[in-house]
Amino acid sequence: MTKRFLGTALIAALVFLVASPADAGPGVERVKKAGVLRVGSDVTYPPFEVMEAGKPVGFDVDLAREIAKALGVKLEFINTAWDGIFAALKVGKFDMLLSGITITEERMKSFDLAFSEPYFESGQGIAVRAGEKGIRSAKDLKGKVVGVQINTTGQHAAEKVPGVKEIKKYEQLPEAYTDLKAGRIAAVVADYPVIVANAKEDKGFKPLRGVILAEELLGIPVRKEEADLLEVVNRVIRDLKASSKYAQMKKKWFGE
Amino acid sequence: MDFKLSIFLEVFPYLLEGAWVTLYLTVVSSAIGIALGLVIGMARVSRFIAVRGAAMVYIEVIRGTPLLMHLIFLYYGLPFVGINLSAETAGIAGLAGNSAAYIAEIFRAGILSVGRGQAEAALALGLTRLQAMRLVILPQAFRLVLPPLTNEFAIMLKDSSLVSTLAIAELLRKGREIVAWKVNVFSPFAGVALLYLAMTLPLTHLARALERRINPERRIPAMLL
Repeated sequence: MTKRFLGTALIAALVFLVASPADAGPGVERVKKAGVLRVGSDVTYPPFEVMEAGKPVGFDVDLAREIAKALGVKLEFINTAWDGIFAALKVGKFDMLLSGITITEERMKSFDLAFSEPYFESGQGIAVRAGEKGIRSAKDLKGKVVGVQINTTGQHAAEKVPGVKEIKKYEQLPEAYTDLKAGRIAAVVADYPVIVANAKEDKGFKPLRGVILAEELLGIPVRKEEADLLEVVNRVIRDLKASSKYAQMKKKWFGE
Repeated sequence: MDFKLSIFLEVFPYLLEGAWVTLYLTVVSSAIGIALGLVIGMARVSRFIAVRGAAMVYIEVIRGTPLLMHLIFLYYGLPFVGINLSAETAGIAGLAGNSAAYIAEIFRAGILSVGRGQAEAALALGLTRLQAMRLVILPQAFRLVLPPLTNEFAIMLKDSSLVSTLAIAELLRKGREIVAWKVNVFSPFAGVALLYLAMTLPLTHLARALERRINPERRIPAMLL
């Protein structure tokens, strides 16, 4: 009986702790007081975010700057690992995430997060070897080994392609491209604009032009209890899309 | 291999920045780890069963679980009880706490290998227990544990790469960032491997010199030559 009670009490205590991160409270006021907007990002994902010559740059970085400007605070773009990025937001390491993140139900539910309105329309594409002739669409992946970056929507999309022989999961996309060029895998499934940008750096592989496995919308996750902060983010996205600046940003980073 | 010399040369300065962070993490964590390890090692041979037991539990728990789990617990787990460590602090705490367990065993072995008669003689001469430990046992033990401590230092240098999972900009993480930037795996990682080697060699060399200095038995043959 005592044991049972102790167990229940422990779980209750844990749930309570999980439900109330250390610095809860109205988000906007908290950020303004701190004078700095902390944005978490795995800065290894060009052209959304990449450390170029030691500085974070990319589409997401520019967008984060716009949000910080709207709040009247400085921007701190914090480099973090993709593994655990949602947990880190949940426990208050950052105010929001900007890391080329696809909006999914699962991510909202399991981490109790709220997503902003979509700021980018993306989709899953396929990369193949430069000289590849046999793979022209998703159907041709049947019986093939396909590479993805672990825990990404690229992995989910590859899992949905029927008849794929095996899915190899890599820490980072360049590792998958290296295996692609070495012939260990037949294709890589990842965000289409990312493949296009990556292929500019390396002529050993190419995107399948116009082949999109899954349409996706990218959003900005914020802790659910900071709805006021989310409102500011949504306003920035709406204003940006209504102005010519959005097209300029897209052209700057994606060349289209 | 898609090694490109031009990329290697271009990114090397950024890797050097990472190497400094690695060196800093290693030196700070080792210093804390050795201090903590010495205390735990002495606790392990204490007369008091509670002290001995506590030291043993610590060593067994740390040795029995992966360093990666310690780091994840310190960084992602502790905020749930209101302790929000920065990545650097969590990284150093994890590395130091982990190596302390191994270093404690090294010190215990060193202490136990000093003859029982030494302790008895020291006490018979009227030294207190702490004095006997400090003036008689530890100086002899330290000489014995220097080679395994050097080993521990070299291991720490490379283990520190695990804190890249907390995105501390140490050598491996810098390498990963450059892999993403240049979309090339080998050129940055060749630099990473080279820099680890470049750091390990002088450190182990230094330890060997120190070993010779404080070990009179090894100094004698050198004098005869």
